[in-house]
Amino acid sequence: MTQIPTHADAPLERTRRDALIAALARVLPADALLHRSADMKPYECDGLTAFRRLPLAVALPRTVAEVQAVLLVCNEHEVAVVARGAGTGLSGGALPLENGIVLGLARLNAVLEIDPLNRCARVQPGVTNLGISKAAAPYGLFYAPDPSSQIACTIGGNVAENAGGLHCLKYGLTTHNLLEVEIVTIDGERLRLGGDALDAPGYDLMALFTGSEGLLGVVVEVTVKLLPKPDSARLLLAAFASVDAAAAAVSAVMKSGIVPGGLEMMDRPAISAVEAYLACGYPTDAAAVLLCELDGVEAEVIEETARVMDILGAAGATSIRTAIEAHERAQAWSGRKAAFPALGRMAPDYYCIDGSIPRGQLPRVLHGIAELSREYDLPVANVFHAGDGNLHPIILYDTGKPGEQERTERLGTAILSLCVEAGGSVTGEHGIGVEKLDAMCTQFATPEIECFHAIKRAFDPHALLNPGKAIPTLRRCAEFGRMHVHGGKIAFADIERF
Amino acid sequence: MHDLDLTAHLRERVLAAAAERTALRLCGSGSKHFLGNACEGRDLDVAAHAGIVKYAPDELVLTARAGTRLADIDAALAEHEQMLGFEPPRFGEAATLGGTLATGLSGPRRASAGAARDFVLGTRVLDGRGQTLRFGGEVIKNVAGYDVSRLMVGAFGSLGIILEASLKLVPRPRAQCTLSFELDGVAALGRVRAWAQRPLPISGTAIFDGRLYVRLSGADAAVRSAASELGGSPRDEDAFWQDLREQRLAFFDDPRPLWRLSVAPASPLANLDGPQLIEWQGAQRWLKSAAEPAHIRAAASAGGGHATRFRAGSGAAIDHVFHPLPPALLALHRRLKAEFDPHGLFNRGRLHPEL
Repeated sequence: MTQIPTHADAPLERTRRDALIAALARVLPADALLHRSADMKPYECDGLTAFRRLPLAVALPRTVAEVQAVLLVCNEHEVAVVARGAGTGLSGGALPLENGIVLGLARLNAVLEIDPLNRCARVQPGVTNLGISKAAAPYGLFYAPDPSSQIACTIGGNVAENAGGLHCLKYGLTTHNLLEVEIVTIDGERLRLGGDALDAPGYDLMALFTGSEGLLGVVVEVTVKLLPKPDSARLLLAAFASVDAAAAAVSAVMKSGIVPGGLEMMDRPAISAVEAYLACGYPTDAAAVLLCELDGVEAEVIEETARVMDILGAAGATSIRTAIEAHERAQAWSGRKAAFPALGRMAPDYYCIDGSIPRGQLPRVLHGIAELSREYDLPVANVFHAGDGNLHPIILYDTGKPGEQERTERLGTAILSLCVEAGGSVTGEHGIGVEKLDAMCTQFATPEIECFHAIKRAFDPHALLNPGKAIPTLRRCAEFGRMHVHGGKIAFADIERF
Repeated sequence: MHDLDLTAHLRERVLAAAAERTALRLCGSGSKHFLGNACEGRDLDVAAHAGIVKYAPDELVLTARAGTRLADIDAALAEHEQMLGFEPPRFGEAATLGGTLATGLSGPRRASAGAARDFVLGTRVLDGRGQTLRFGGEVIKNVAGYDVSRLMVGAFGSLGIILEASLKLVPRPRAQCTLSFELDGVAALGRVRAWAQRPLPISGTAIFDGRLYVRLSGADAAVRSAASELGGSPRDEDAFWQDLREQRLAFFDDPRPLWRLSVAPASPLANLDGPQLIEWQGAQRWLKSAAEPAHIRAAASAGGGHATRFRAGSGAAIDHVFHPLPPALLALHRRLKAEFDPHGLFNRGRLHPEL
């Protein structure tokens, strides 16, 4: 298994640990501080369950003042801080450090204000992604980014990871949907990045902060943009006789001028797994299916649905189904959304890779993945965000078979290299965390890695905020990483994963 | 304009400036030199570092060197019915991509489509040590490393020289029309606010001189149905939006300083001396006023935003063209500047006197 980084080599001395806990106990109510192993167990990992570690303590503040006090204590004691939202991240960003504390922000969970006139919501970091849209719903508004974990994941974590989702093709990532992020720095200072207006004076620090994986500051308040809910939506499910034809259809749709709300693709192994699991009506004889959702003003949706049907037909779709009513769309989406658990039933273990490529490279990379799958003698299923070129190849394997885990890791490495060679990125939306530290070294050269460390220094001079994550040390440039799921057991296994 | 890769030359110039500790003034076409604080230093011409490096219409992505003219980019994109989504103002025929990103300016479409920074996928940057750094890339989704590309947008060259940028493009709308209404400022703001809460294909609004202009863009059916719903007679007014973007409307022909107030869209009409032109569904307000800067800045702050003295006009020089930063934020800016540009070479003081 990939070696995980540690902040300090030797465990903290007993006396220093006791002094830290005593100092934290002075600034936090008794029920906001955990330091016994059994109590801290739920915090030992995030969604990347292959990596587990207990921290020195877990702080669970209820107020921003408590967050500030905790950070001041840690700064003074030179102890690392790992901020955590709901712990749904897939790259180990919230994995505890053994010489650090976990700062859980889930109790800061108030929706502070829904402002329909300015179309924004001001919320605390522990509010869930879906909770924002629910609070905005009475005004006919919603928060657009919708990561698959949206019923559980928090907006603070979304900011830290620059979360995407099914609909970011049209509505953008987290970074495109924020107005203001208020952070507390390691020295306890509150800083407002962004503002109520569409831009702020000075550097765009909000953009820099978004996706910084907890290395630059702790989010204590977020103002997000809200959008009017589209009048209507339609979902097309198109079958293709080859992966190439489906990939070509993706390009054809995207260059037509139409921007679908979502454009997803599944290949035959994924379709078979989903049908065996749910029987949601996907054509099992197809080599690939595309799901294309169009949303907006009703007249526009009707016009664009007709155009997309023509485009898909011309691209060689063997069948096209249209889902109009909400329950029909939910049914058609259900297979896509259940793809991960469905694939989890096909083998004792699976690795989910998160690579990003230019759309035009889809045929080449998908063929490359198929070849690699044969070469390494391991099945790979593909179910992914085709419209924006964000691949999620899933390798099915069995740790019980000698050598298979190691072969799987090498296959994952090869797939990510293929993405980088095709002009892509080693992570489209899951983040680096601890998982892809090594892969960072292939994507960036030394001066860029140094620049990242310099940015961290400007925010956090003593490297106390989530140290060792997201940005590899220059020394550490050896191998790739990926999401490891053992026996289908992932955190929040009951929520949809896509 | 000839395609030319001047990276090596620019690098030498930066290294020489670093060795001599000479400040550099980054120059594109000069179309936006009016914007920002006075800035000392030897001119470093980036405009000749030009050319579209890669344009893949199917990908809706373009990569071009900083000196590439916006006019050349627009012409290339028009052939494929594509465009820059943020509708950047040029303020001069020779305006370059580098200057556009360094100033981070966006046009009438900003409120609905996003800002310059929202369309930047990747950049190649020359830092104050003469190193070429590459951030982001040409893919739509990429969360590897800090988002330095977006940090460069609007930094006015103070963190480094943008050598090259990859931009996400958008298809040209199939249909477009403009409606106009006779309404005073307060009523027009109210109208725009109400529309903004509904899923309408609005791609531009402008309120001034007792009139409200609204542009609709999108699929034929969407534009048609929205136009009949909003009322007014649809006209093709493309020139109007270009004149607005380029500040060629009569409103801008006024000797008083031009202020840009960026505020919460629903904030009330500020009681300020001088006429206002309100864009971006209320979020961007142009003000022609000789009022005290402190007075104007207080009004912008009260509206949840900030004020920039965009053009001096007949006004006297002022210390801060851009809204001053709170001390803790300014300190962070200075630390970042020191990391990217340790010798303080680039556009010293242009964004903030302290940077």
